[in-house]
Amino acid sequence: MSWEDRISPSVNAIAPSGIRRFFDIAAEMDDVVSLGVGEPDFVTPWHIRESCVYGLEQGYTAYTANHGLLELREEIVNLLKRSDNVEYCPKNEVLITVGVSEALDLALRAVVSLGDEVLIPEPCYVSYKACVTLAGGTAVGVPTSIENEFRITVEDLEQYVTAKTKVLLIGYPNNPTGAVMSKDDLQKIADFAQVHDLIVISDEIYSNLIYGGAKHTCFSSLPNMRDRTILLNGFSKSYAMTGWRIGYALANPTFIAAMTKIHQYTMLCAPITAQIAAVEALRHGEKHMKKMVSEYDRRRHLILDGMRNMGLTCFEPKGAFYIFPSIQNTGLTSEEFAEKLLRSERVALVPGTAFGECGEGFIRCSYATSVNKISEALSRIENFVKKHIK
Amino acid sequence: MRELLELLEHDAKRPVEELAAMLNKSEYEIEEQLKKLEKDKVILSYNTLINWEKFGDDTVTATIEVKVTPQREVGFDAIAERIYRFDEVRSVYLMSGSFDLLVMIEGKSLKDVSNFVSTRLATIEGVISTRSNFMLKPYKKDGVIIDDQEKDRRLVVSP
Repeated sequence: MSWEDRISPSVNAIAPSGIRRFFDIAAEMDDVVSLGVGEPDFVTPWHIRESCVYGLEQGYTAYTANHGLLELREEIVNLLKRSDNVEYCPKNEVLITVGVSEALDLALRAVVSLGDEVLIPEPCYVSYKACVTLAGGTAVGVPTSIENEFRITVEDLEQYVTAKTKVLLIGYPNNPTGAVMSKDDLQKIADFAQVHDLIVISDEIYSNLIYGGAKHTCFSSLPNMRDRTILLNGFSKSYAMTGWRIGYALANPTFIAAMTKIHQYTMLCAPITAQIAAVEALRHGEKHMKKMVSEYDRRRHLILDGMRNMGLTCFEPKGAFYIFPSIQNTGLTSEEFAEKLLRSERVALVPGTAFGECGEGFIRCSYATSVNKISEALSRIENFVKKHIK
Repeated sequence: MRELLELLEHDAKRPVEELAAMLNKSEYEIEEQLKKLEKDKVILSYNTLINWEKFGDDTVTATIEVKVTPQREVGFDAIAERIYRFDEVRSVYLMSGSFDLLVMIEGKSLKDVSNFVSTRLATIEGVISTRSNFMLKPYKKDGVIIDDQEKDRRLVVSP
């Protein structure tokens, strides 16, 4: 028996992230301009870093409560009340986690059992399906299309819902497409969830990164959705705090208690240093965050303009920091496009297929990088596209 | 137009087509706005921030706290003008507090600067006293960190 045979079947069942291969190629090359990075290019604002250093100096180095620092939970609850008029109890309806990644894992493990089906609009973040599989459930991808600007509709979902469907897992503003759902769009999804009695896990990590007059609607703010929804959010994208690994989940006390049970045995608590920094981010970080958002918005215009000018079809993304152009007129597959581009022009980006099969024919470009680098990448991509466009 | 100014304040070299794309406007609109801002002297000049020390120049910079007697009708303005007209003077501000004018002077050497202060500045009619502070090391200038060690530490590709 080989060592491979001894790996658990549920781990063997999941494919390694499609991003990994490109990372390996790009890491060995010089002078790569990367549009492949799924995190802000800003460093965490200084006042947030400084508060963490001060916390360390004051000796904040111990465990916190399993749920996380109460003052952080209170700040989060206040924020939700202010921004979306949804009320949560800081004592038993909030859980601070190690990034949204942990929150997602906990949410799925808490509610999914063997054979349960989880509906996931695709293209979607790379870990959704894998986490469902690891939780013992069956991930059911529901394709969305550029014709509908990658928004999910009830008609799409109706084709895939079965008696076994238990959860709907959505992430808007969306990584990789930049799609945003309006309040009306989401209301229809809410009605669908009610009809089929589904739990909705809503990953809203990009909620603050929204542009061009679009507005973010928090899923649990919709009528009757609060108790049905596990709301996930965090600090990585809004406050440029990816490496701090700090996120949170908001849900009814039963869900939070179940998630906390797993969390207390596996993670115990999120790092206290990151929790202290997160408190500072919520109390004084809004000014910086807005500045970053307007910077992203300008880059968004620049990259959209550039992609369209070189002849690639592209819908205008209204959220996150990704643009998802179609490369179908080059006659290449997403993988071929990404790999050839990387090798010949040294621009790294991620093929759409890394986010689901329906991402074929598209590429994800992150504009979380400086304007100079975006301009350089655009001219290199144009060079490449000119040679291939039919 | 505020956004346009903020972009230029940070990087005056940005080409018009890039500015237009970023601000979702036509190149013509941007050019017109720039013309207007220049004409109205909202945009005063397009300077370059240079680290002269790195280039190899040894210049001396001092801030001089100047106490003056304000004059009837013109207050501090006339005396400020007599000071800021000198090429050696980099900037002049009217201040609240224990002195009136903050004058920044750049010279080739310590002697150069102190010469200027004692023979030119202190002798101007209406100047009561001067106090010179010599700059030892710049850390941040006009919002730019001089020797910024922070760099992009992200992975090349990430989810």
